Amino acid sequence: MEKITNAIQVVPIQHYIYLSLILFTIGIVGALLRRNSIIVLMCIELMLNAANLLLAAFSAYHGDAAGQVFVFFIMVVAAAEVAVGLAILVLMKRNNHSLDINLLNRLRDNN
Amino acid sequence: MIQFAWMIPLFPLLGFVINGIGKKTISRKGSGIIASVAVFLSFAIVGALYLQVANGTLQTATLDIFNWLNVAGLKIPFSFLIDPLSVTMMLIVTGVGLLIHIYSIGYMGDDEHANTFFEYMNLFIFFMLMLVIGANFLILFIGWEGVGLCSYLLIGFWFKNNDYNYAARKAFIMNRIGDLGFLLGIILLYYQFHTVNFLEVFSMAGTMHVGEPVITVITILLLIGALGKSAQIPLYTWLPDAMAGPTPVSALIHAATMVTAGIYMIARSSALFVLAPITMNIIIVIGLSTALFAAIIGLKQNDIKKVLAYSTVSQLGYMFLALGLGAFSTAVFHVTTHAFFKALLFLGAGAVIHALGGEQDIRYMGGLKKKLPITFFTFLIATLAISGIPPFSGFFSKDEILAAAWERSPLIWLVGMFTALITCFYMFRLLYLVFFSTFRGTKEQEHHLHEPSKVMTIPLIILAVLAFAGGFLNIPALFGGHESFHNFLSPVLSKLPAADTILTTTTTEYSLIGVSVALLLLIIFIAQRYYVVNKQLPEADTTKLKGIAKLVYNKYYVDEIYDFLFVKPYNFLSVKLYSWIEKNVIDLIVNTTGTLAIWIGSQSKRVQTGNTGLYLFIMVFGVIFMLLYLILSFHPTIATRL
Repeated sequence: MEKITNAIQVVPIQHYIYLSLILFTIGIVGALLRRNSIIVLMCIELMLNAANLLLAAFSAYHGDAAGQVFVFFIMVVAAAEVAVGLAILVLMKRNNHSLDINLLNRLRDNN
Repeated sequence: MIQFAWMIPLFPLLGFVINGIGKKTISRKGSGIIASVAVFLSFAIVGALYLQVANGTLQTATLDIFNWLNVAGLKIPFSFLIDPLSVTMMLIVTGVGLLIHIYSIGYMGDDEHANTFFEYMNLFIFFMLMLVIGANFLILFIGWEGVGLCSYLLIGFWFKNNDYNYAARKAFIMNRIGDLGFLLGIILLYYQFHTVNFLEVFSMAGTMHVGEPVITVITILLLIGALGKSAQIPLYTWLPDAMAGPTPVSALIHAATMVTAGIYMIARSSALFVLAPITMNIIIVIGLSTALFAAIIGLKQNDIKKVLAYSTVSQLGYMFLALGLGAFSTAVFHVTTHAFFKALLFLGAGAVIHALGGEQDIRYMGGLKKKLPITFFTFLIATLAISGIPPFSGFFSKDEILAAAWERSPLIWLVGMFTALITCFYMFRLLYLVFFSTFRGTKEQEHHLHEPSKVMTIPLIILAVLAFAGGFLNIPALFGGHESFHNFLSPVLSKLPAADTILTTTTTEYSLIGVSVALLLLIIFIAQRYYVVNKQLPEADTTKLKGIAKLVYNKYYVDEIYDFLFVKPYNFLSVKLYSWIEKNVIDLIVNTTGTLAIWIGSQSKRVQTGNTGLYLFIMVFGVIFMLLYLILSFHPTIATRL
């Protein structure tokens, strides 16, 4: 573990933080603004992975393996969530014949 | 024995509940029996308590039932007071009440709502018992209000007739006017004494001096309450109208018990009233004038019950006169004898009405002596009693009042005597017109004339015995008696300062009695000549009357005056308030509040567009906001770190 810690000190931690931040922001903006549901799901994955990246980076910097173990947990959750999300997506395509997320608006007040 | 005192009001209350729940299932006779048994059980316990109080084993005792009000220094327990006065009143209420309940089984037996009747009668007995057994003014007031309620329910018993409903409302509202005075009196009393408990208030009052202004105001306010409840001037007009109720109701409530509540209250508070000579004088004036006023009206009434109603008002005036003169136990004695003979008169009238199938106009009666012998005989006894002929009960009590009046001022005696003569005249007028000469009704009615059943005649007979012998409860020293009634009550009633010095000599008293009896017999003779021998009849409704006759026949137009002064302006105000303020102001406020709520809702609902993207956006925005808030709240540490 010390080898990784020593090796990774070459790149300062701020770069990892900035990268993770940018990825997360792109994920958020995409999840909010894209119309295609598949793209929205991909953006959610992107957000999760941005968090993973940051966890792994800090774990390497502090030599604490707990961060990387937690990354595993997150990946498992992401996988399960994608499975459910894609199932919803399939049903959505079947009912609306389109993947446009703006078509899901029937919960609104009708007057 | 006193530990059973809480059961006294309990039995009628249970009777009320049982009759109320079983209204549709219990038979009419059954509910009557339940009601009568309930009253009988109370009577039995009261009887036992009376025996204990009478032979001295039980002194004045208080029974605390439970801790009722206990807040911020105001401590009023729910307790009962057993002393000679309360026991006397309870005996009257339960005893006469029992007889009237039994009578009602026969009288109301055919009525379709008989179960409701007995339910209300038991409730009335409950409240009346609460009134007389309470140990403080507040419990008395509970009973006071309760009997007013029951009076309203029972007067308007035949509710399908709107006139009866109006009479019931009138009774209740006039009572309430008096109750306002009473309540103010209680509040002022509490302010002065910091307690409403009878024993505490009266012992504190004993240390105050005569003519204290606070006590005068308190007693005047209490008097106003008594005026409403006991139908004195100016709050008496409800009593004649209250005859709209069934006859047993008139007998029980408006003759024997409820209307005597005012007298009981003043007698109970005698310790306060003896400190206020001004109030006592007012009571004398009101009592005397009411007695005379009502007696004169009674001369020209043609409805059998109305005559008795005005007679009740008049006799209540006598009781007030006695109170005002400081003869408190005499007043209670007259309450007792009056309960006997007035209840008897009303029940007898009920028997007559029952026999005639509902006829109440004495111009269409007559000659009933032969067909209704028991009714006639008992009615005769009651009439002799109320006129004050010895040795009937009325003689003893009324003569005591007149003797006390002479003691104070011969003028008061004179007016009282004159009223007694008028009383004798209109009562015998009633007797002669109803029972003597020939029958003036329809052939149909004559055919159906019959003596009522035993369940109705036995109470009449018992009351007749009491009306005859009731006077012997208190044979005055004048006739060598022991004045047992007075001695029984004297520990709890106060005396006026000058009461122990009696100025009238024995010979004067004898001559007063002789004069009054002679005059009364003369009146009876005159009445007999007029109505029986000369067969004079009261005029029909269509004949025009002139002058004083017209004034008296129309009850001095008092109802019309009240209508003009109070009822019409009040209704006018009520209508105006409704049409303007109610519609424009109150409805405006309420409807605007409703419309505002709806408007806010409709605006808030616009957040729910159904657009998923918007929801996501709001969620992200919310999380960012929370994070920012958390971070900035730790601002100093973050700043140093960065």
